[in-house]
Amino acid sequence: MQEKKRGALAGRWSFWAWIGVGLVLYAIIGLLIDNGIIDSYMALIVYQMCLNVILAVSLNLINGFTGQFSIGHAGFAAVGAYVSAVLTAKMQLPFFPALIIAALAAAVAGLLIGIPTLRLKGDYLAITTLGFGQIIQVILINLQYVGGAAGMTVHKETNFTWLYFAALITVVVIANFVHSRHGRACIAVRENEVAAEMMGINVTYYKVLAFSIGALFAGVAGALSAHTFYFIKPTSYGFLQSFNILVIVVLGGLGSITGSILGAVVLTLITAFLQDYPQWQMVIYSLILVLIMIFRPQGLMGTKEFRLSAIGLGRRRDEHAAP
Amino acid sequence: MTTFIQQLVNGLSVGSIYALIALGYTMVYGIIKLINFAHGDVFMVGAFVAYFSYTVLHLGFLGSLIVSMAACAVLGVVIERFAYRPLRKSTRIAALITAIGVSLFLENAGIIAVGAQARGYPSMLPSRSINVGGVTISVQQIGIIVLSVVLMVILQYIVHRTKMGKAMRAVAYDAEAAQLMGIDVDRTISFTFAIGSALAAAAGVIYGAYYSAIDPLMGIMPGLKAFIAAVLGGIGIIPGAMVGGLVLGMIETLVQSLGFSLWRDAVAFALLILILLIKPEGLFGKHAREKV
Repeated sequence: MQEKKRGALAGRWSFWAWIGVGLVLYAIIGLLIDNGIIDSYMALIVYQMCLNVILAVSLNLINGFTGQFSIGHAGFAAVGAYVSAVLTAKMQLPFFPALIIAALAAAVAGLLIGIPTLRLKGDYLAITTLGFGQIIQVILINLQYVGGAAGMTVHKETNFTWLYFAALITVVVIANFVHSRHGRACIAVRENEVAAEMMGINVTYYKVLAFSIGALFAGVAGALSAHTFYFIKPTSYGFLQSFNILVIVVLGGLGSITGSILGAVVLTLITAFLQDYPQWQMVIYSLILVLIMIFRPQGLMGTKEFRLSAIGLGRRRDEHAAP
Repeated sequence: MTTFIQQLVNGLSVGSIYALIALGYTMVYGIIKLINFAHGDVFMVGAFVAYFSYTVLHLGFLGSLIVSMAACAVLGVVIERFAYRPLRKSTRIAALITAIGVSLFLENAGIIAVGAQARGYPSMLPSRSINVGGVTISVQQIGIIVLSVVLMVILQYIVHRTKMGKAMRAVAYDAEAAQLMGIDVDRTISFTFAIGSALAAAAGVIYGAYYSAIDPLMGIMPGLKAFIAAVLGGIGIIPGAMVGGLVLGMIETLVQSLGFSLWRDAVAFALLILILLIKPEGLFGKHAREKV
């Protein structure tokens, strides 16, 4: 039992230690932005990092923890972005309720795609989710109400605090979910579906649950990104974006939340530094990707979590784990 | 009625392009269980090689076609050797991501090499057309269909009548057992990639000739659609890919002729999802129970 509970964020102490680290980080970055030490261009990179953390951690729940290979995550972000944009820009709703409705709409989309397709496995599921993302894009391109292919402008509603706390909440919720009974059921489904079913786990239920939660947070990220960059167009949510999120997850390690955060930060920085040479950026990016897959297919962190005790913060887990 | 036959002919031309690409997908999937996402980009490279052979080297239609097929066969083998072979023992996700990585690499290396803008493709075949009872058939369409049929017949011959084809079927059935029987598995897989890529190159050439424009990102959509075609027919089954490609081409042309051309891609993907839900093993596939 102690062995099982060894994951980071499991113990109460470690949980509050992480929250503390999160708040300190917020204060530091917030001050740096306020004082202009992080200039507005760098601030945009920080915003993108927060968004990528949300997207990567939520996709990791589906791909890494539940073992369902989804490559249409940007499709859910598109649902969130467009629903929230229509609510605030066309129906004059305040931002927060729009954000909630957008997240729920994305979750419903996750449910709708999840229930029929989760009987499929591996490559087939991957290609179905890819198809789903493409269909969303085609629909948005043909919908003149939201500007079609030209896109639409949205109010700017968010700031660093919004993005940072959304990312923090996402991480906390998904980390807690993963370490709950439900999360262990999801991991069991990943390890062996048939065996999990034999142990009495309702495989379909957990697949759909993970899918919907993942989609919900992707919707949040979509809504936030729309109101951060105040312009959305269908092509911003295509296959390449889905793939980018997947790369972050795999780079960080499938099944590691801290890995996803690390992956999001690293990859956003790489992308930002290569920004001036967009074509070389993609070539270098794809080469890095292939090399990582060949030499370290489990990603930077594997399925391990980075623990605060590793850098001397917080007590060691095993001292605290006794019941 | 004539309109219908006209659309049938158009669908047949588009469908044979999909079928040729789908063959490569299906053979690679059949043998190493990998969705080779880079296949659509090999198709793009094939179109460009033929473009330069035709306009710069003046090799003529057949010459350009053969040069392009040979170049892509080599490209396919190289991709397999350096990107996929090291991953043969690792997870499917790692292999799939590598495939997407290779695909992005080819696309962006292509953009750097030849620029992102589309180029007009030379009309390699005479642009005459013949009229049969109100149905207009261009020489290009006839060329496309004849070429596809010839290539498919050659493929069938290789797979069913040659030693290498027998080895391919054996490896696809059970790679380990094939190895025990003295088959060089690595060589057989390389050969599969070579054939599949050569067929994709041929598809690229006729795609360029048919739509008269090519660009480095042209492989993405036909690649995905050909994959749909392969799934439609039952992935891993060679006749399935041919039929799947033709059916998809027909359906697309039909959707287009009904005036919904903007929704064409969505229909293709919706079709894919529908097939996967109703008959995931495809039209020609047999259902195999998973053993524990």
